[in-house]
Amino acid sequence: MKLKKILHQLNIPAQCRRYRVPLWQCPQFLFPIMGIVIIGAAVIAYLIGTRYIKDPEIIALIVLISSGVLFILTYIITISFERLAEVSRMKSEFISIVSHQLRSPITNLSWAIDILMSRGLRGAEKKQLEYFKILKENSGRMKELVQDLLDVLRIEEGSLLIRKEKISLVEIVKSLIFKFQPFALSSNVEIKFDFDKNLPEIFTDSHQIKVVIENLLDNAIRYIKRKGEVKIRLRKKENEVLFEIKDNGVGIPEEDQKYIFQKFFRSKSGTKQQGSGLGLFITKSIIERLGGKIWFESEEGRGTTFWFTLPIK
Amino acid sequence: MPKTILFIEDESSLQETFRGILIREGYEMISAMDGEEGLKLAKTEKPDLILLDLILPKIDGFKVLKRLKEDPETKKTPVIILTNLEDVENVNKALELGATTYLVKASYSPEEILEKIRRILGER
Repeated sequence: MKLKKILHQLNIPAQCRRYRVPLWQCPQFLFPIMGIVIIGAAVIAYLIGTRYIKDPEIIALIVLISSGVLFILTYIITISFERLAEVSRMKSEFISIVSHQLRSPITNLSWAIDILMSRGLRGAEKKQLEYFKILKENSGRMKELVQDLLDVLRIEEGSLLIRKEKISLVEIVKSLIFKFQPFALSSNVEIKFDFDKNLPEIFTDSHQIKVVIENLLDNAIRYIKRKGEVKIRLRKKENEVLFEIKDNGVGIPEEDQKYIFQKFFRSKSGTKQQGSGLGLFITKSIIERLGGKIWFESEEGRGTTFWFTLPIK
Repeated sequence: MPKTILFIEDESSLQETFRGILIREGYEMISAMDGEEGLKLAKTEKPDLILLDLILPKIDGFKVLKRLKEDPETKKTPVIILTNLEDVENVNKALELGATTYLVKASYSPEEILEKIRRILGER
């Protein structure tokens, strides 16, 4: 057993893969290298020293060079430890946020079930329906959160599946507007769509691009508090297609703007703290993987516009 | 006169679930979706008890609690923290600021919370 453990520890690349850091940032790899440099430098200095004793400058030079190499190695090791500490910090933050995010819908579920099972509600069909609605909404939220977490994991591992094909962005936008119509109607929001008539088909991943547009459309509608409208425009710009989505919602406070593409960030201007706080992080990562760019402009109280570009070919 | 309970919570479905239970038990419930509105209602409606979440828009639960306990008009109203944040630091902080008790939503059923409310209001 012990031998197996020692052999496992000697398998440095496997250990480094476990930490998810490249070899040159992995302490398990860098420490033996440092050891080899120290021993090597000492042996060479000894060999040269015994032969060229009359020329101390060569030895001084070797010592100087090996010190330099050791200095650089130590520096890289320090950085790699910092990186590992950062990964660990992010993991604990992740666990704390996820557990909190998952707990809200779970509480909703269990409370609603408690009430449905309580005696007071028997026969009150309308009230029961309301609680069933709460159950449905919250199981949906949990499903969404789990989906988002899996997407983030794939993005960070670099294993997000991209399958490019020729698609019509206009058709995709139309189908998504149709899908979001009930949500828009219940939020008192009108969705308008305008596009260049000769917009070419583009070569991209239709599933991922749907995720992107869904996230942007959902945010645009969600952050309109009263009656409002969402305008979507599609244009061709040189070798790219430019997508624009503009809402007249609550806008993003200036102090929040630099964080909005970060994981788990949710602007305080949102009324209900729904959503996973992962949507825009996923959106940005997908657009970049597909070779495009994404940016936005926003003014508090006036609304937000997001743009993204995608290469045609 | 039925006793009034103010529920400061940004999740509307939790509010609705709890409203059903409180009304059934003969209480009146008023609700606020954020800290600012909660503080306002605490002053104007003078509830008999406040249920307070910690993660809230505009003013967070800790600040709401602090202001409630600083204000002579509201400082005697019992406050139950009802949250999903569970770390010891938060529990201690809330109790130090004057919360009557600290309940983690996911660990209590509505009936158990109701039991605590009754006890605090001196009804059991």
